[in-house]
Amino acid sequence: MQEQPENWEPRIIAFLCSWCSYAGADLAGVSRRRYSPNVRIVKVPCSGRVNPFYIVKSLQQGCDGVLVSGCHPGECHYSNGNYYARRRFAILKRLLEYIGLEEGRVHFSWVSASEGDKFAKVVNEVTETVRKLGPATRLVKHSPVDGVVN
Amino acid sequence: MDLQTKLRQEARKLLEEKLVDVVIGYEDEGAPLRTTPCFITDPQDVDRLVWNPFCDHNLARYLTARKDKAAVVAKGCDTRAIVVLINENQIERKNVNILGMPCGGIVDRKKIYNHLKNGDVREAVLKDKVITVKGLEFTADLMVDDFLADCCLSCRHRNPVLCDVQIGENLPPLDVKDEYKKIKQLEESTSEERWEYFRKTLSKCIRCYACREACPLCYCQQCFTDQNFPAWVGKTTDISDTIVFHIMRAFHTTGRCVDCGACERSCPNNVDIRMLTKKIAKDVKELFGDEAGLQLEEKAPLSFYNEDDPQDFIK
Repeated sequence: MQEQPENWEPRIIAFLCSWCSYAGADLAGVSRRRYSPNVRIVKVPCSGRVNPFYIVKSLQQGCDGVLVSGCHPGECHYSNGNYYARRRFAILKRLLEYIGLEEGRVHFSWVSASEGDKFAKVVNEVTETVRKLGPATRLVKHSPVDGVVN
Repeated sequence: MDLQTKLRQEARKLLEEKLVDVVIGYEDEGAPLRTTPCFITDPQDVDRLVWNPFCDHNLARYLTARKDKAAVVAKGCDTRAIVVLINENQIERKNVNILGMPCGGIVDRKKIYNHLKNGDVREAVLKDKVITVKGLEFTADLMVDDFLADCCLSCRHRNPVLCDVQIGENLPPLDVKDEYKKIKQLEESTSEERWEYFRKTLSKCIRCYACREACPLCYCQQCFTDQNFPAWVGKTTDISDTIVFHIMRAFHTTGRCVDCGACERSCPNNVDIRMLTKKIAKDVKELFGDEAGLQLEEKAPLSFYNEDDPQDFIK
């Protein structure tokens, strides 16, 4: 764990499938569930739509953590998109951690439209894990001129 | 009769009987410790074909763009690449005639250069399993087996998995104790150590894309590195861009890489590319039980799923 700059807050990008997890996030909101405000949500049609590049590129551009969330297995709006995603991310997560990305920067979850509580819990967990790791440094691309994230 | 003579006979027969339009094989280009791919269309030229432990290219690379009927000289790993190409509908089985070569391993000439400590090799003569290398001020006898490429040391498919004509007898399987030994060693180190290792090896990359060009399975008409709208990966040699390129190139070989080592041998800067592709092959085997290129009509592991696939990493 590195020393954390003052007032640093983790920046986490969340790719949520529009049928389950995004609706789950919506439910957490309308139920007035309090959860960590560190996630920026990107709505995608399906977790199977998430190109591994989205994850790698988010990390490269300075996200401290990435969360991908979709429907539970068997509940995919498109029948099987999340099954494909599951295989892909199993490989990608292992590869990223093998290459030296800290364990705990990339997260995956299944959150259904009725699981507002679970969504809040997952986001809080992810935020705390990333907070412990501190700001992302590996993989982040800095401008050669002024050192800021490109 | 040695394998090279047999190979030439088969090639001559194929061309004379007009069973194929071209024979893709290796020829001696005159430079020591090297061969170069050659394309033979005239039966009179078959004597240019050679077969020796310097035949290190994966000639499956040349099959994807062809419209004609080609015979190709293929080692065990090369035949696996051909199987993947057929399974991915990149080539038609009937358009390729595989001259399968049982292969005892090929020489990694970078290992010889390292051994000679930059001694300039002017001449190399192979006899049985001994290479006599000559430079300006030295002569040395080297054993082929001491300088085999890394992928050959852990090879489990020395014989062709698919061929039309096999040249020579099957070789006995190599006694490989742990195919993934190097990967496991690295996995056991800490995250910092692994990051340091990859940062170091990948910082040598000059983004020449030789690995991509040498890979028989990198056949995309437009590679993600060449796309600029959206520009998925920066084209600079900034370490972050380079690592992202290698992560994604390796990822694209998931369940397809046959570990022929063509990428690593083609690298001018000795980047340990196989440490990425082999890791993925290991994970695919562990998670989904698949191994690429062993049989026809096999699906790539990311193109289908099982309902009970492992998901302990998902919250």
